[in-house]
Amino acid sequence: MTATGVQRKLVGHGLSVLTLLIAFVVFFPILWMVLTSFKTEADAYTDPPLLMFQPTLDNYRVALQESRYFDYLTNTIVITGFAALAAFILGIPAAYSLAYYPGKRSNFTMMWVMSTRMLPPVGVIVPLYIIFKNLSLFDTYSGLILLYTTMNVPLVIWMMRSFLADLPYEVIEAARIDGATLLQEFTRVILPLATPGLVATLLLCFIFTWNEFFVAFNLTITKAAPLSVFIVSFKTAEGLFWAKMSAAATITALPVVVAGWVAQRQLVRGLTAGAVK
Amino acid sequence: MVAGALSKKPIIKLSDFVMSNTISTQLASNAATTKSAGRRGSMFSLASPAIGYLIVMTQVPLLFTLYYSLSNWNFLRPERTQFIGLSNYLDFVQDSDSLVIIRNTLTFATSVVILTLVFGMILALLLNRQFFGRGLARTLLITPFLIMPTVSAVMWKNMLFNSQFGLINSFVTSLGVPRVDWINQFPMASIVTIVTWEWTPFMMLILLAGLQSLAQEHLEAAQIDGANPLQTFYYVILPHLRRYVEIGVLLEVLFVLNIFGEIFVTTSGGPAMDTTTLTFNIYLEAFKRWNVGRASAYGVIAVIFANIITLFFLRIIRGNAQQEAA
Repeated sequence: MTATGVQRKLVGHGLSVLTLLIAFVVFFPILWMVLTSFKTEADAYTDPPLLMFQPTLDNYRVALQESRYFDYLTNTIVITGFAALAAFILGIPAAYSLAYYPGKRSNFTMMWVMSTRMLPPVGVIVPLYIIFKNLSLFDTYSGLILLYTTMNVPLVIWMMRSFLADLPYEVIEAARIDGATLLQEFTRVILPLATPGLVATLLLCFIFTWNEFFVAFNLTITKAAPLSVFIVSFKTAEGLFWAKMSAAATITALPVVVAGWVAQRQLVRGLTAGAVK
Repeated sequence: MVAGALSKKPIIKLSDFVMSNTISTQLASNAATTKSAGRRGSMFSLASPAIGYLIVMTQVPLLFTLYYSLSNWNFLRPERTQFIGLSNYLDFVQDSDSLVIIRNTLTFATSVVILTLVFGMILALLLNRQFFGRGLARTLLITPFLIMPTVSAVMWKNMLFNSQFGLINSFVTSLGVPRVDWINQFPMASIVTIVTWEWTPFMMLILLAGLQSLAQEHLEAAQIDGANPLQTFYYVILPHLRRYVEIGVLLEVLFVLNIFGEIFVTTSGGPAMDTTTLTFNIYLEAFKRWNVGRASAYGVIAVIFANIITLFFLRIIRGNAQQEAA
């Protein structure tokens, strides 16, 4: 009995070590990129690869001082921020009414909202390109903000409806009995209660729009192009600028990685439109 | 004896929203009839700005796509534009290129889905245990999914797949195997590798959520009944995970079919047409050949395909609702 107990414990430890080992291997390319970003170009491009080297911050200095990179970063922040804001303004009232006042058509509405989210961008990119050219929205902040808002709204509706439906309904009802107006009910009762849900939803919007490439690539050139488009210019780096590329890529990817780590527990809910918690 | 554990219906705690929906429906209808009957009518108007916005931004362009798809409009020869009916669609059915495109799309999507399912399942099972460093392992494992796809593509192409100084070749040559020019020799496999690395965390997270919703008693019952780990997996865990697998697979297919950046960065659809998927081909038709008509027709086909998958997904969600209501 004790023998099998010891055996089981050993297997358990073995599995734990194995899990950590796999996690490390999966993560290694990212670690390698971050390490490379602290190398000189000469150190970055060696065979066999260098593990020990004199670290330098030059690549980050170059990336951030080069005005172009800063422009792309600004574009990304502005577009991502406004797209999330607009989606919240549109989506939260909708989520509220669908969560607390479901009518006959609510289910259909929810399903339809989700189907707009599943719409492949290639299905609408051609008319969008033509419309944007005609309305002078091509390569502008407004153009991308309009489209990213479209991608965010279904996410906000689905996530926030699911979060709102989880709130203790008695508290909301009590506020109503006390004569709270809709606005008071919303700002004083619901929003404070729903803050964790709001933060999670915001982070998910941020993750998706920050990383988006297809729409940005086809509907911008330089003026409004975000970082995802900029990074592609390293397509053919071929060892010439690996260190610079790594520094730029690290700064570019870092915000979403941090957001994702913070929102880990809500990630599944957001990705599956609430179908899996 | 395992059947004893089986006969108990696994408690499926999927789709929280549906369950809370039924509750909130009751509560809300009470509230609506008793205290705030007047509010109810105005409530739908709270949703209408969002709905209206989505209609304008998605359904209107879609109608344009449909309309363009019936023409031979080409930006390079706009003067020759005319209505050609369903010719673009017939081209898709008859063109030998589209056979290659469909084959590439299917190879790509099925390989990625199968690989992420297998790896995701293994990782989810490994993570579904209490151990020191579990949080760290989980955090490291989800990171590939969070890295910007174009960053991943640029990183893999240059620093891992590079034939001269890539990490993979450094590793391979240290084992005495000659260098391989991964992207040129195995273009599809290279892209599948990158996308599998990116999307395994997605499957892993969904399956892990499924595993964590499995009632501990079922596992204990199976153990008491003398089931070995393999039997437990096959008879208890797998049936419970079925819906999670379905949700994961359907959503992943939807997302993976839209993949563009990884292909653009690594192979640009080549060599020849070896990695041109339906999505990538629409990009080529639209923005390289400026063939608006054809790109639109292929776009419509992509939308129809995505809608079919979405319908299956919605059916699963609705199935969950009924199961939980019962």
